[in-house]
Amino acid sequence: MHPTETYNDRVVRLFLLAAAVWGIVGMSIGVFAAAQLAWPALNFNTSWLTFSHIRPDHTFGVIFAFGGSALMGTCYYVVQRTGHTRLAFDRLATFTFWGWQLVCVLAMATMPFGITQSKEYAEPEWFIDILIAVVWVSFGTVFFGSLARRRIQHIYVANWYYGAFIVAVGLLHIVNNLALPVSLTKSYPIYSGVVDAMVQWWYGHNAVAFFLTAGFLGMMYYFVPRQAQQPLWSYRFSIVNFWALISVYMWAGAHHLMYTALPDWVQSVGMAFSLVLLMPSWGSAANGLLTFNGSWHKLKTDPAAKFMVLSLVFYAASTFEGSMMAIKTVNSLSHYTDWTIAHVHSGSIGWVAMITIGSLYAMAPRALGRPAMHSTRAMELHFWLHTCGLLLYVISMWAAGITEGVMWRSTQPDGALTYSFLDSLRAVHPLYITRMLGGVLVLSGMLVMAWNLWHTAAHARKRLITPIPVPIPEPVPHQVPAPLPAAG
Amino acid sequence: MAGGYKYFEAIEKHAGKLGILIAIMVSLGGLAEITPLFMEAHKVHPAEGVKPYDPLRLAGKDIYVREGCYLCHSQMIRALRFETQRYGHYSVASESVYDRPFQWGSKRTGPDLARVGGKYSDTWQRLHLMDPRAVAPDSNMPAFPWLARETIDAADIQARMRTLRRLGDPYSDAEIAAAPEALKGKTAMDALIAYLQGLGVDNEPHAPATAQAGAR
Repeated sequence: MHPTETYNDRVVRLFLLAAAVWGIVGMSIGVFAAAQLAWPALNFNTSWLTFSHIRPDHTFGVIFAFGGSALMGTCYYVVQRTGHTRLAFDRLATFTFWGWQLVCVLAMATMPFGITQSKEYAEPEWFIDILIAVVWVSFGTVFFGSLARRRIQHIYVANWYYGAFIVAVGLLHIVNNLALPVSLTKSYPIYSGVVDAMVQWWYGHNAVAFFLTAGFLGMMYYFVPRQAQQPLWSYRFSIVNFWALISVYMWAGAHHLMYTALPDWVQSVGMAFSLVLLMPSWGSAANGLLTFNGSWHKLKTDPAAKFMVLSLVFYAASTFEGSMMAIKTVNSLSHYTDWTIAHVHSGSIGWVAMITIGSLYAMAPRALGRPAMHSTRAMELHFWLHTCGLLLYVISMWAAGITEGVMWRSTQPDGALTYSFLDSLRAVHPLYITRMLGGVLVLSGMLVMAWNLWHTAAHARKRLITPIPVPIPEPVPHQVPAPLPAAG
Repeated sequence: MAGGYKYFEAIEKHAGKLGILIAIMVSLGGLAEITPLFMEAHKVHPAEGVKPYDPLRLAGKDIYVREGCYLCHSQMIRALRFETQRYGHYSVASESVYDRPFQWGSKRTGPDLARVGGKYSDTWQRLHLMDPRAVAPDSNMPAFPWLARETIDAADIQARMRTLRRLGDPYSDAEIAAAPEALKGKTAMDALIAYLQGLGVDNEPHAPATAQAGAR
C-alpha cells in the first residue's frame, strides 16, 4: 500500500512564483514600450531596446509567461481539488514547469534581437515553437491523466474550460506556426498573403478566446464560488455557456480583417458570429457575478473578492465592446487606432489580470500553508493601484483611439482630408503619457503583490509546511471510472 | 433532473468524451473559414507587376519583418473613401501573394505603407530612418541607425530564396545565382529602402478599378 496520498502543491507554488516574476517583467517592458511611444528617444538608438523589438516581449511576457504560468499553476491546483486526487505524473508536471520557463526565457531573449516570425502573438521562431508544442502536450497529458484518476465522478465545470484551453491552444499553435526553416534563426510560414492573414487572425483571435478567456474562465469557475463561499449560481447555465462559447469563438477571427482584401463573405461571417458571441460571454460573466448573491458583504472586507467582482464587470464590458467593434461600421473607425489597444487592455488588465490576481490571493495562502495572505492592507492597496491604473490606461486609450479615428476620416467641405497623419499623432501625445502613468500604477500594484507573496511564503521557504492529504470521498456505487483505492 | 441533463451527464462523467467533443466543436469554425480560402488561394494569381522579391528587396522585406515595422505600420489600404484618398488605391489580395508572413498589420502608430513606394526619395528615406524627427517633426518613430552599419550575407539570402522556392515562389536558378552580384556592397539600410520604394508601385489594379473615386 502506498502512504496517504497528498496534493502536489510544489509545482503549484513554482508556477505561483513564476507568475509573480513574469508579471513584473512583462509589465515593466510594457511601461518602457509605452514611454517610448511618448518619447521615442528612449530607445537610445539601440536595436534591442527599440519599441518594435520589445513589444513582442511585452505581449509574450504578460500573455504567455505571466498568464501562462498562472493558468498552469491554477489548473494543477483546481484539477486536484475538484477531483480529490493527486496530479498524475509528478515528474512530467515538474517538466512542464521548467519546460515552460525555458520557453519563456528563450522567446524573450531571442525576440528583441530580431529572431522572430513577426506573426503577432506567435513571434517565437520555429525551434521555440517545437519546444512549446512538446511542453503543451505534456501539460495536456498531466491534466487529462489527472482527470482520469479523479475520485469525484462529475468533472467540475472549471475543468471543462481548462480542457478546452489545452486542446484548442494546442491546435491553434500547431496550425498557425507551420513553417519551413531557412536556418536556426529564420523560417518562412507555409501560408502567404490572404491565407496567412486568415490563419494568423484565426489564431490571434482564438489565442484571446482560449488562452485569455477559456483558461481564465476555468479559474473563475473555481475560485469565485470558493471565495464567495456560495455554490455556483447556475450549473445548467454554465453548460450552455461553455458549449456556445467554445464553438462560436472560433468563427469570429475574421473581424480583425474588416474591409481588407479578405473575401467579403468571411468578413460577414466573422461579424455575425462576433455578435452572437456576446451571449455566452455575458452568460459566463452573469453566472460569476450572481454567484456572489448572499455574499456581497465580502466586498467590504476581502480584496480578493473585489478583484474577482471587478474582473467580471470588465469581462462583461470588454466582451460587449468587442462585439460592437466587430460591427463593420464601428470597425471602420476603430480599426488601426488606439481604440484596439484600449479594448485589449480593458480585457487584459481588467478581466485577465484581475481574475488572476484575485485567484492568486485566494490560492496562495492555501498552497503556502498559511491561514491568510501576509497583509490584507497590502492587498487593498494593490486593488486600488490596479483599478486606478486600469482606468487611466483604458480611458486615455479610448480617447486616443476615437480621436485618431475621427481625424483620419475628417474631410473639409471640398472633400479634401482635413488632417495630416502627424496631426493625429500630435493630438494623442498627452494621452500616450497618461497611458504610461496608468501602466506605472498597475506595475507598482504588482510589486506590492510580490512583496506580499514573499512574506506569505516565509514558512514555505523554510520548508515548515506539510503536504495536504487528499480527502477520500464516500464511494459511489458503479462509479465510472472506478475510484482509486483509498490510500493509507 | 429534467430530461436533457442525462445526455450531458454522459459527457461530463467521461474525460475522454469531453475532450473529443471539445476538439470537434473548436475545429468547426476554422475548417469552415480557412478551408475555402486555402482552396481558392491557388486561384489568386499575382497582380500584374507583382513578382517574387528580387534579392535586395527580399533582404529588405526580411529586415522590415525583423525590425517589427508591422507593429506600427499597416500595409492594407481598406476599401473606404478616406483611406484611398490618403494612401491610394485599396489593397487587393493578389498584391500580397509573395508575403510570408503577410504584412497587413493591425495598428497604425504610423501611416499605412502599402503604396509608399516612390512617394519619397531614397535620400529622404535614409534621413528618416537615421533620425525620423529630422524630416518629420513630432514623429514618434524610433531611429534605426544600426541598419546603415549592417552588411548583407549573400549566401543567407540565397538560402532564403531556395526555401521560398520550395514553398512555391518561382525563383529560377539563374536568379539565385545572381544574388551575390545584386547584394554586393549593400547595407541593410539600402535593402530596406529598396523594399520600401517597391511597395505598391507597379501593382495598382487597373481597369475597372481606376474609376474608383479618389484613388489618386
